[in-house]
Amino acid sequence: MTTELSPAGTASFRDRPDRRSLARDVVGGELTDATLRGFLHGIPGVDAVGLEQRAAALATRSIKTTSKQRALDTIISLIDLTTLEGADTPGKVRSLAAKAVTPDPADPSCPRVAAVCVYGDMVPYAIDGLGAAHAGHGGSVNVAAVATAFPSGRASLRVKLADTADAVSAGADEIDMVIDRGAFLAGRYGQVYDEIVAVKDACRRADGSSAHLKVILETGELNTYDNVRKASWLGVLAGGDFIKTSTGKVQPAATLPVTLSMLEVVRDWHRLTGEQIGVKPAGGIRNSKDAVRYLVTVAETAGEDWLRPELFRFGASSLLNDVLLQRQKMTTGHYSGPDYVTVD
Amino acid sequence: MSFLDYAPAPESRAILNLRESYGLFIDGGFVDGHGTNFATISPATEERIATVSSADEQDVDAAVAAARRAHDTVWSRMSGADRGKYLFRIARLVQERARELAVAESLDNGKPIKESRDVDVPLVAAWFFYYAGWADKLDYAGLGASPRSLGVAAQVIPWNFPLLMLAWKIAPALAAGNTVVLKPAETTPLSALIFAEILRQADLPPGVVNIITGAGETGRLLVNHPDVDKVAFTGSTAVGREIARSVAGTRKKVTLELGGKAANIVFDDAPIDQAIEGIVNGIFFNQGHVCCAGSRLLVQENVHDEVLDRLKNRLSTLRLGDPLDKNTDIGAINSAEQLQRIRELSDIGEQEGAERWTADCAIPDRGFWFAPTIFDNVSTSHRIAREEIFGPVLSVLTFRTPAEAITKANNTPYGLSAGIWTDKGSRILAVADKLRAGVIWANTFNRFDPASPFGGYKESGYGREGGRHGLAGYLAPDARAASNARIEAAGTTTAKTTKGAKK
Repeated sequence: MTTELSPAGTASFRDRPDRRSLARDVVGGELTDATLRGFLHGIPGVDAVGLEQRAAALATRSIKTTSKQRALDTIISLIDLTTLEGADTPGKVRSLAAKAVTPDPADPSCPRVAAVCVYGDMVPYAIDGLGAAHAGHGGSVNVAAVATAFPSGRASLRVKLADTADAVSAGADEIDMVIDRGAFLAGRYGQVYDEIVAVKDACRRADGSSAHLKVILETGELNTYDNVRKASWLGVLAGGDFIKTSTGKVQPAATLPVTLSMLEVVRDWHRLTGEQIGVKPAGGIRNSKDAVRYLVTVAETAGEDWLRPELFRFGASSLLNDVLLQRQKMTTGHYSGPDYVTVD
Repeated sequence: MSFLDYAPAPESRAILNLRESYGLFIDGGFVDGHGTNFATISPATEERIATVSSADEQDVDAAVAAARRAHDTVWSRMSGADRGKYLFRIARLVQERARELAVAESLDNGKPIKESRDVDVPLVAAWFFYYAGWADKLDYAGLGASPRSLGVAAQVIPWNFPLLMLAWKIAPALAAGNTVVLKPAETTPLSALIFAEILRQADLPPGVVNIITGAGETGRLLVNHPDVDKVAFTGSTAVGREIARSVAGTRKKVTLELGGKAANIVFDDAPIDQAIEGIVNGIFFNQGHVCCAGSRLLVQENVHDEVLDRLKNRLSTLRLGDPLDKNTDIGAINSAEQLQRIRELSDIGEQEGAERWTADCAIPDRGFWFAPTIFDNVSTSHRIAREEIFGPVLSVLTFRTPAEAITKANNTPYGLSAGIWTDKGSRILAVADKLRAGVIWANTFNRFDPASPFGGYKESGYGREGGRHGLAGYLAPDARAASNARIEAAGTTTAKTTKGAKK
């Protein structure tokens, strides 16, 4: 980056400076298709071999005893407990919400997850299921809804905005949108940017507050690390509160090198503007060992400050149970089995 | 408590089954040396690990005689396929005892266990596997049919990669049918002595490999021994010069792998995050105790500030401490003597006006330690830009154009390695073509492979180790085949002339 901006300290969630003006400063002009192309093609490339080696090196960190205990609790508190199936029903979502509130019925000291993540039409049942634990009702657990014609994003902007506004009005605290990968791969960066800006606007509630926006890049469809980096920058410039790897519907979903690369972008954004953006790997993280590797990567890349639900999430469903089993093992000293954690 | 204060994760020493004292490994067994015994210590704690024998003239004689006997009666007569079987067996035993070797190496050398475990020992096994494959294919080594072994190889290796340098030396020598007398460095004999146990386990015929410990004098006696046919040395340029002088005029073949002051060239279009990793890996890998370390960072002036800024941030995450802890990135300096030299040269760097920056990390009370250090605003005329520091100290210089980068990179008496960082493939090729260094890494650094030749230009030595080229140092063309080839070549020339005359 050639733009020189002194870090402006850490902006809190509530009074962050206008993203558009920061983006203008970083890109060096109005945000048009042409300036975005110039900027995105000017950022340093990613060497795939080197990136993967770095991720592999981070994965060799050995997190034991007290550090492991702490890591497991941290992982639970960072999970977006997810169900995104065509077969989702109010009953299934309520059950998931109950699990989010009480992950381990045998251990009340077990922390709650960060959020439950559902399709837009399931938001009311999720809120209902969380009850007093819902962030909107004095609790800490958010409800996240996927929107914008998730997972493909193949719909008109009008439909995507209606989808978003619908979920927000139903009470969603967070919106997980997908970018238009077709437009991105066709080189229409301006269109991708404008869409994210428009969705961000649609996240606004009547009272002026706004649902947090996670921008899903669907890295499995972008294919190269250079594309992941460009899309990450687009997501940040356009106003995403989080950049997220995947929908979970495309393979490969989240990988450690992809997440590392995205963390490098939010680290650089923070260096340039002082603003902190979140990162959410989603899909494919199934066990504690993998999740610990992500924590290490976050802490050693963006910084330890990122290890909180405002700045880092795991999009996962089966991960929680493995972490609970590991947690029980650390408490009791012996392994239990799948019947000692709840199915959902 | 911070998450980044990872709880201690030490690799257990229980796997080590060390003896109180070690003799010399001569003719297939351990014997006491006639020199004065010495202790090998852990540089991280200064604790004694074991007592080690020292070989005097009489012991060197015995070792060379054993090697000669084994060469003439067993090893050179054995079929290549059978020699290969022994080498494969050694490679597998190294893999089987990998953890033990890694722990011994980190204990004795001070390098982090993650490096001995993930780099040194796997490469040792790879080297034996690779040359095991060559043992019955020497006709294709590029020296014509039926090349001969040279005889007894005297090998002297350094302390920075004790076991890996042993493998680089022993594997090609044995594959080519030579026998070996090897002297590990005075401060790091432990893994070589465990390797001697592996040789016994592999049932290698007595005398094929002899390992004698001792200080510089033992090495001198070995290299100058009249019955040695080949000298292979890795270490400092000063000692390399002495060896070259002493073997001049003898029939001994020599391979020298000496010092370096490698340039790591970062262009403004480099993949920046990976380049930072490469710079770190180039100079802080193995505490900078690497002859091919990228100790001179040549960075394009228009990205200098950004690179330095990112580099300092990255260095702040390095963990210095107990080499046996699995999360340690930077281990101990190998000896008090080496630490002294690093300190001296760093002080000189400051006096010369370079800008010193040292990572903020706690230094343990005991042992030998040096925090990762960068010198910015270094000029080509500074001593820290010319002399090999052999420690975790990086000198940063800038350049403006590719031509200037090449000139500065080549402006050194050494020429072992170099690195190029750019996203532009054509530039990699164009610049690599003009660099006078034996190994050039593009968008990576300090990567080794047994199939790739390694060696230096100028004061970095001569001869190549690794790959097919590595065999050439241990083979001579078959005398009859060579003379036949000359006759054939002469015949071809005649035929051509005749053809030409007809026109």
